[in-house]
Amino acid sequence: MRESMVVVVLVRGEDGNRNQTRFPDLGDLDQPAAAFHHYDAVDLSSSSMFSFKWGNVAVLSNNLRYDAALNTNIGSAAIATTGTGCLDTGQYVYHKGTTLGSSLGNGHSIDNWGDSGMADSSQQTDTSTDVDADDRNQLHGVQHGPIAVVDSMDQSKAKAGDQKTLRRLAQNREAARKSRLRKKAYVQQLENSRLRLTQLEQELQSTRQQNIFLASGFSGDHGAGYGVVAFDMDYARWLEEHQRLISVLRAAVNSHMGDNELHLLVTGVMAHYDDIFRLKSIGTKADVFHMLSGMWKTPAERCFMWLGGFRSSELLKILGNHIEPLTDQQLMGICNLQQSSQQAEDALSQGMEALQQSLADTLSSNSLGFTTSGNVSDYMGQMAIAMGKLATLENFLHQADLLRQQTLQQMHRILTTRQAARALLVFSDYTSRLRALSSLWLARPRD
Amino acid sequence: MYQTESSWGSYMPPRNVGDPLERIERLASENAVVIFSISTCCMCHAIKRLFCGMGVNPTVHELDEDPRGKEMEKALMRLLGSSSAVPVVFIGGKLVGAMDRVMASHINGTLVPLLKDAGALWL
Repeated sequence: MRESMVVVVLVRGEDGNRNQTRFPDLGDLDQPAAAFHHYDAVDLSSSSMFSFKWGNVAVLSNNLRYDAALNTNIGSAAIATTGTGCLDTGQYVYHKGTTLGSSLGNGHSIDNWGDSGMADSSQQTDTSTDVDADDRNQLHGVQHGPIAVVDSMDQSKAKAGDQKTLRRLAQNREAARKSRLRKKAYVQQLENSRLRLTQLEQELQSTRQQNIFLASGFSGDHGAGYGVVAFDMDYARWLEEHQRLISVLRAAVNSHMGDNELHLLVTGVMAHYDDIFRLKSIGTKADVFHMLSGMWKTPAERCFMWLGGFRSSELLKILGNHIEPLTDQQLMGICNLQQSSQQAEDALSQGMEALQQSLADTLSSNSLGFTTSGNVSDYMGQMAIAMGKLATLENFLHQADLLRQQTLQQMHRILTTRQAARALLVFSDYTSRLRALSSLWLARPRD
Repeated sequence: MYQTESSWGSYMPPRNVGDPLERIERLASENAVVIFSISTCCMCHAIKRLFCGMGVNPTVHELDEDPRGKEMEKALMRLLGSSSAVPVVFIGGKLVGAMDRVMASHINGTLVPLLKDAGALWL
């Protein structure tokens, strides 16, 4: 038989199961599907299998093969083989060449159904019948509601559906348009955020430089010779140089540079790390609270800071499996390093807790204030003790930096040149992302 | 310059008996792991926690609870060449050092073998 693109509309059986279609006689068809549209009727001589529920309407279009058996089968339902899903809204699926609904008023009849004789123009129900729910009642319990297999060329008979189609299409277009507008607005917002971000960074940079000029008069007064701002400046410079070294290293790794040259670059980065520990040592002696506060770091970095810097135990966790594959010996070395850095970190943390506790005890022991001279000397005495305890803060910070430095160096010892290069890149990227996160957070739009 | 009533005039013989450094060395060799500490010192607390966390049971001498503690403190300061005498760690009778040395040797993996050799750690 001929194959053609058809729009087939079937009604679903009102058996409570929307997905179930019953076409018991259509065994020789591929996939009976449920789609219904009020189209030209097929003569249903016998009692229908369905009581039609107009609410469930779908239109499927597909290639359809007919044979003579269709004739009898179609008596109870139309057939569709479907490659498309059911659309409950009655929206039509357009295949190429189908112009269903596009031109109304063509008075094509389903002549080419030839043998099947399924389409009976005489039973053409007019377009006034609506497929929607308001017709549900009409067809409820109807024995033989109209069923039609509509050829793609038969537009006139699809007129009722066309209007629905048009409405659906218009709604779709509208939704798509709104979606595009939303997307555009979102992209615009992102662009604005990006601009704000660069603005903020520039402001930050200029503020820093202003601070330098302002504070250059201060540091001499304090006599420390190396103030808070001086460290911040040095750190900013160090960071810039570090990022430059890292990008050189990254280029080298990506270009599969030889081990010898790579080794030079890696030791360069490691030596540069030694610089920052030196700077931090000076900064700690100048102002331990500034170093501990982490104000020289970005907010996100500061949040996860431990005793003035990164956690040595986190270093290896951040590396994860980026340094694989490892030899057995390396693996053991890494495990030992993880364990020992964790233990040292814990020890220092507990020492800090003891310090805090002891300081609290000292400060709370004579908290009644001083009314008599005796209390004054007690007060001063306790303050002196407290001062001594504060001095040990410097030692703790110093030990923490040493721990970080030694963990880095030991990691360098254990790994091969290439592994160490990768490790340095991974660690640097991690801190870069933390910094970027801080910037994004600061620049986020607020309402 | 001060006067003594001894016939030796201004000459003071060295006090060999109870030389603080000797005392320190003697105490250090009595146990596998010996820590000289001061009870109120927080860094000493940290170093104690470090060894306990490794499963080592160190012998601790609190110098502020020792009648000769002051001398020993001074001796240790001279020994270490540092303004802070404590904490100081001896393993197997040999001087390891203060917190920075102990931590460095732990990180570079030399502390554990040292402890095992001294019998302070098993496996």
